[in-house]
Amino acid sequence: MKDKGIFKVTTRTIVAAGLGAALFALLFMFVKIPSPVPGTYIQTAYGLAGFFGVLFGPIATGLLAFIGHAISDAVQYGSPWWSWVISSGIAGFIYGFAFKRTRVEEGIFGGKDILTYNIIQVIGNAIAWLLVAPVLDIVIYAEPANKVFAQGLMAFLSNSVVAGVVGTLLLLAYAATRTRKGSLSKKS
Amino acid sequence: MLRRTAPAIPGTRWRLVRKVVTRPTPIIDFDHFTFQYYSQAEPTLQDINLKIYPGEKILIVGPSGSGKSTLGHCLNGLIPFYYKGTIEGSLKINGVETRELDIFKLSKILGTVLQDSDGQFVGLTVGEDIAFAMENDCVPHDAMHTRVDRVAGMVDIAHVKNLSPYELSGGQKQRTSLAGVLIDDVDILLFDEPLANLDPATGKTAIEIIDDIHKQMGKTIIIIEHRLEDVLHRDVDRVIMINDGRIIADRNAHELVSSDILTSNGIREPLYVTALKYAGIRVTPEMKPGHIWSLDTSGVNEALRTWNRSIATPPQAPPKPPLLTIDKLSFSYDGRRPTLEDINFEITEGEMVSIVGKNGAGKSTLAKLMCGFEKADKGAICYRGADIRHKSIKERAEFIGFVMQNPNQMISKNLIFDEVALGLRLRGVKEEEIKERVEQVLQVCGLAPFIEWPISALSYGQKKRVTIASILVLRPNILILDEPTAGQDYRHYSEIMEFLRQINETGISIILITHDMHLMLEYTPRAIVLSEGRLVTDTRASVVLTTQQVIEKANLKETSLYQLAQLAGIEDGTQFVQHFIDHERVAVR
Amino acid sequence: MKTKLFSYNYEDTVIHNLSGLIKFICFLLLTFATMYTYDIRVILGMLVFSVIILRISRIRFSQIKVMLIYVVIFILVNAIFTFFFSPEHGVTLYNTRHPIAPLWGDKALTQEQLLYQVTLAFKYLSVVPLGIIFLLTTNPSEFASSVSGVGVPYKASFAISLTLRYFPDILRVYNDISQAQQARGLEMSVKAKMKERVKNSLMIIIPLIFSTLERIEVVTNAMDLRGFGKEKRRTWYCVQKLRSADYYALAVSIIVTLIVAAVAYFINHGRYFNPFI
Ligand SMILES: Nc1ncnc2c1ncn2[C@@H]1O[C@H](COP(=O)(O)OP(=O)(O)OP(=O)(O)O)[C@@H](O)[C@H]1O
Ligand SMILES: Nc1ncnc2c1ncn2[C@@H]1O[C@H](COP(=O)(O)OP(=O)(O)OP(=O)(O)O)[C@@H](O)[C@H]1O
Ligand SMILES: [Mg+2]
Ligand SMILES: [Mg+2]
Repeated sequence: MKDKGIFKVTTRTIVAAGLGAALFALLFMFVKIPSPVPGTYIQTAYGLAGFFGVLFGPIATGLLAFIGHAISDAVQYGSPWWSWVISSGIAGFIYGFAFKRTRVEEGIFGGKDILTYNIIQVIGNAIAWLLVAPVLDIVIYAEPANKVFAQGLMAFLSNSVVAGVVGTLLLLAYAATRTRKGSLSKKS
Repeated sequence: MLRRTAPAIPGTRWRLVRKVVTRPTPIIDFDHFTFQYYSQAEPTLQDINLKIYPGEKILIVGPSGSGKSTLGHCLNGLIPFYYKGTIEGSLKINGVETRELDIFKLSKILGTVLQDSDGQFVGLTVGEDIAFAMENDCVPHDAMHTRVDRVAGMVDIAHVKNLSPYELSGGQKQRTSLAGVLIDDVDILLFDEPLANLDPATGKTAIEIIDDIHKQMGKTIIIIEHRLEDVLHRDVDRVIMINDGRIIADRNAHELVSSDILTSNGIREPLYVTALKYAGIRVTPEMKPGHIWSLDTSGVNEALRTWNRSIATPPQAPPKPPLLTIDKLSFSYDGRRPTLEDINFEITEGEMVSIVGKNGAGKSTLAKLMCGFEKADKGAICYRGADIRHKSIKERAEFIGFVMQNPNQMISKNLIFDEVALGLRLRGVKEEEIKERVEQVLQVCGLAPFIEWPISALSYGQKKRVTIASILVLRPNILILDEPTAGQDYRHYSEIMEFLRQINETGISIILITHDMHLMLEYTPRAIVLSEGRLVTDTRASVVLTTQQVIEKANLKETSLYQLAQLAGIEDGTQFVQHFIDHERVAVR
Repeated sequence: MKTKLFSYNYEDTVIHNLSGLIKFICFLLLTFATMYTYDIRVILGMLVFSVIILRISRIRFSQIKVMLIYVVIFILVNAIFTFFFSPEHGVTLYNTRHPIAPLWGDKALTQEQLLYQVTLAFKYLSVVPLGIIFLLTTNPSEFASSVSGVGVPYKASFAISLTLRYFPDILRVYNDISQAQQARGLEMSVKAKMKERVKNSLMIIIPLIFSTLERIEVVTNAMDLRGFGKEKRRTWYCVQKLRSADYYALAVSIIVTLIVAAVAYFINHGRYFNPFI
């Protein structure tokens, strides 16, 4: 039913992925907020991913998180850490399931929509950071399980919080810009 | 709904008749065409009847929001392919209903050059961007390269084929966009505001290139543009005027310009026409006033001369003390190529100055240096005689305010009040004082009625004023605006500029970075001219636009007033221009 | 401010002249190999190999210094974490235990752990040169065509090219916005409280994202108007014809990959090199 068309790839999907990835990489590199835990950052980029997920769907968001993360890794370290890049992609992809499940385009983003978005967002982060990332780290680098799951838990928590807080705030701001479109009259 | 017939304008009928004889089928044919965006309350285009014939060159003018771009979208297929809505009536291109054609088929008949040349530039290099359409057609590699080379040659950008967009000048980007659509040789070219953000000379060249393509390749050309006089630098067959989604005029340039329909619909008429009117001369189609080069003043020269003599030069205001002193300023972004070199000038209290010059001359960079966004390599900036080198961005903002070109890049709050209050809140000012100051500023900016409104409900012009308000609230003594009127129609332009003049009269110095020579003439007595990072001259606006070497050096354009003076046999053209300005100041306001 | 994402500049070397597609395939093969093997000898071999390639492609140390610093820090931190989380992970991997010095509780510093951690560190390190080589010797214009060359749908590949195209624009907008907001008094200092920091960064992010949304509309229109996505496939303006050098390069990396596999299969009987039994 609602899923109809959330996987549809239009030019807009691709452009959103491309420019979104540029934004993602930029936020990933420059707009990370120092978190209470020293040395770790709160990646606002995942807030962006959540936002794009609701607006553009799984394909666009999966791509943008994957490309964005890969590029910012490449710029900083010279080579992407695939295990985490792939997880980012998967997280973004799942955020995208909120596409067409909220009324944000009509300018409404109420409690129900916030809930929907955040449930999906948390599921996405859980799968990406509690499952995929640690497993890949174990398979590829044979890292100790307890360590990678601890890392995964950290990532899960901080990314869920960011996607939750920043993403929701962005969506609220966006909804506010939509409201008037419908009743857009020359006088305003 | 009622079937209304096209307005019976003699010139048009005559033309149509001739066309029907010579060219049987129109290439574009709107017949009682109406379009309404789903999200809109009422139709954006209403009962459009318009025939365009092969090889014609059409200019479409109209105030902002009148539906020009929407008309363009209907032609190139973005409506209904991308923008959904309800269509009534018929639109035929090459005799085929556009409903039957998809956007891809249309793109082979009609090529569109968008206003935002950065948005249109999707390739990583010039070559790739030109090739884009062919890549999508699966043209083989070698064929692609040969064709790109040919087209690049046609618009003379072959030598920059491997450069990236941010290594190009505004003009070169424009040519690239043009090449990108010329690549599959379309019959019709549609330009939506091709001149926005181009410096005057580059804009002039753009119009010439378009005209050459029209003449040499016999393509049908449709230009949507606010800057009427600049487009009329070359000939056009017809000018279509749109307002509120209806065609309200369809005639040749001479008839249009001599009627008062332009001003009454908020379109700026050519300056020389305004001058003629000031001189009390009735402008008639017989004078061929459509273009300055076609204008015949033989009958009215005397009238012009007498008017010119009648203007008394107002007394010069006594010089005020300098507020801001730029002293031997030099700066480079990359440490290699100098962006600004040895810039010297003064801004005195309460004056209104414009900074003009080539694309990439360093105007915006200069503003950034004044605000402390970038740090100068050499030289100093003094405020009231004190060097402000060590003042932070935040501290400087207390006396120098900077307003970016695109208001959407400054607005981060949802409500007008919060947006304007932001700067004060961040400075920890007490709420009651904030309330008072914000309300006072909103009063000044004529935004008081909207105080409770969400910003998203405002027009572009109003948003612009919000951003200005959010800077004014910090009570700076100097206000810098980057391209305050770019892409604005005459009404919003006047709104913004008159508002700035009022602020200026309250004693705040205003620096305007602009490509609009009209603006410079009308509002800023003094102009600072930059070219390739050097200060070319710093003098009266009227002098700048009448001194040949300055004009050439800084990619400016001689004002048509000067040419008018020459036509009328007035020796001192500069003085004539000055008189025009003085007359506006005194008589018109 | 650097405008391009990667500091690619052409030099006339074998590596630079290879086709992007081939370089990408080699990059994938070798990366996969290094990720698969857990044999310190092989990994060191790979490292030496890729450093030689670095030399051949005349990449100066100055170009990659910053990256390397980042990587080393990352590896060190990671190593410390690994050690404290499970100081005897090596033992579980190699199924033997040769204590060197006792640690807390029943834990001890073991040869296995040392080997494991050294291997791990170099394993991380050895993928870096491969990436650097690809990034610094490949013309960004060739990325998209290369990626689609290995079977990725062309639309997805083109997204990469769009990212590279618009990153500089967006970066410039970002700088303008953050400066304008600083002028209004915004401070991104560490002093501010968490809540403050989030709110402040939003004041930059919101205008940045919303102006990008506008940009997305324009670019979409521009691409639709020029027929993007009308065909099932697409040709690329920037692709290199394969030359003999390309086939040699491909052959070499395939052989290397096979060697890695062989070592694992015949000598180590698995991914791990285990000197302890
Ligand atoms: N995608 C859209 N959805 C809904 N309404 C729209 C859309 N695009 C434009 N409009 C509305 O249609 C009207 C005409 O817009 P259009 O862009 O055609 O004006 P314009 O003449 O091009 O103005 P400008 O000179 O500022 O470009 C405006 O009121 C605008 O709000
Ligand atoms: N952030 C930046 N980093 C590097 N170079 C820059 C940056 N901003 C501008 N430049 C370069 O500095 C030169 C001057 O740019 P600037 O924007 O000041 O010119 P301008 O006079 O404002 O041009 P326009 O009239 O087109 O706005 C240009 O060559 C531009 O490419
Ligand atoms: Mg328009
Ligand atoms: Mg500028």
